Amino acid sequence: MTAPASAPHIDARGLDVRFPGGVQALRGLDLQVPRGQLVAVIGPSGCGKSTLLRVVAGLAPAGAGTIAVAGEAPERVRARRAVAFVFQDPTLLPWRSVHANVRLPLELARVPRSEQDTAADAALALVGLSEFAAASPAALSGGMKMRASLARALVTRPELLLLDEPFGALDELTRERLNDELLQLWERDRFTGLAVTHNVGEAVLLGDRVVVLSARPGRIVADLPIDLPRPRRAALVGTPEFAAAAAEVRARLRAADVAA
Amino acid sequence: MSLASAARAALPPLLVFLAFLGAWHLACAVLALPAYLVPPPAEVAREAVAHAGELAEAALLTALGALGGLGLSLVVGGLVAVLFSQSQVAARSLYPYAIFLQTVPIVAVAPLIVVWFGTGLQSVILTAAILSVFPIITNGTTGLVRVDPQLLELFAMSDASRLQLLLKLRLPGSLPYFAAGAKISGGLAVIGAIVGEFFAGFGADDLGLGAVILQTSGRLQTAYLFAAIFAATLLGLVLFGAVALLGELALRRWRGREQTLH
Repeated sequence: MTAPASAPHIDARGLDVRFPGGVQALRGLDLQVPRGQLVAVIGPSGCGKSTLLRVVAGLAPAGAGTIAVAGEAPERVRARRAVAFVFQDPTLLPWRSVHANVRLPLELARVPRSEQDTAADAALALVGLSEFAAASPAALSGGMKMRASLARALVTRPELLLLDEPFGALDELTRERLNDELLQLWERDRFTGLAVTHNVGEAVLLGDRVVVLSARPGRIVADLPIDLPRPRRAALVGTPEFAAAAAEVRARLRAADVAA
Repeated sequence: MSLASAARAALPPLLVFLAFLGAWHLACAVLALPAYLVPPPAEVAREAVAHAGELAEAALLTALGALGGLGLSLVVGGLVAVLFSQSQVAARSLYPYAIFLQTVPIVAVAPLIVVWFGTGLQSVILTAAILSVFPIITNGTTGLVRVDPQLLELFAMSDASRLQLLLKLRLPGSLPYFAAGAKISGGLAVIGAIVGEFFAGFGADDLGLGAVILQTSGRLQTAYLFAAIFAATLLGLVLFGAVALLGELALRRWRGREQTLH
């Protein structure tokens, strides 16, 4: 069953999530994301941003409310490999080559080996790591590791990409470059994207919208459309329009933090 | 580690050993200790040379028992660790008995092993295995259970089965832990083999270091006994070193070459 194209790709209504310890992570969260939109999620640390991603991925259960992705339960979307997760760390397996890491999701899904290889080659080419296919992850720089991680997420050609502060640990320049590359990949494939970040500039650069969450229990305190022209690149950061949008997000974020 | 830095690392313990030999020699000379109680180092060296062939043979036999025991420990300990990592119930109900293996006085159990399995290599191996299996079980279980939660989520995103998790994540991920456990077990296996030989022996003709130690102490051949003790210590060191080296080589492959390409 697939929902009509006009229905939101991600449809979260009244989401309540509690951690096993009883701490409430999300309260009454509503979020609709149309297909092909790139949404940045920002909020004070510990506000449940990552939890939101995990609920959308079906990795964490929603205590109350409903979550549907393309009209289905997240577990079903996962089963047909239509969603991928990019973690905070590259999470590459050190004992596997870069290529073997990238094809892992297909290997786990028992896709024939020749298909795994073709898809991994393509994904590595996409992130510019073809010549490092046989290398060990230990031989890669931080930025290259994150690119390999991105390639692994894209190897299944997902419709929905969930990113959990993926470039947070990288230096400024590498981060800029990877954001540019992420934007290019998005322009090419037009997957739906939900990107958690704690960086205002990154949120404005990436997002069609920036969703601001309150301190825990997280709920949406602002949902700001970012009307900057696409295609966007890091160079946009210096422009007055960008500065204005960033100032707006920053003000809302500050208010969310103070309210805590 | 380069050769020069290896030599630098070996120098301090070597100096300590030389100082120990000097002190020992002086003590024998000054206190006029009888040779059947504390033979001077030169006499021990003479005995070691005189019995070099027997000592080498005995060491080889003991090494066989110890390696057999270590091998058995790795297989059985590995399987138990896998079981513990897969079943909370098994881990909780069986872990106390794993500790029992650690705390049971091996000299008390060894005679029982001989009663059950007779004298000979099999009983020596079993004694060595009982003494050396615990570090494999604990280290292995820790390695199999302690997995980066993000990696678990990565595998969950692909709906990986338990078997896939075990074979593609937990087992390869636990290699450093098993290697660390094997390093400890290597030394323990030598102790276990020698204790095993005290009771199980290899028969009248084939004497391991344990049997040599027992025989020479009975005949008050103290210098020879000292030489056998040194041989046993050396064997433990060699086995520890070999296991450490093998583990390091495996880990180097595991981690991948860390030279930078940029």
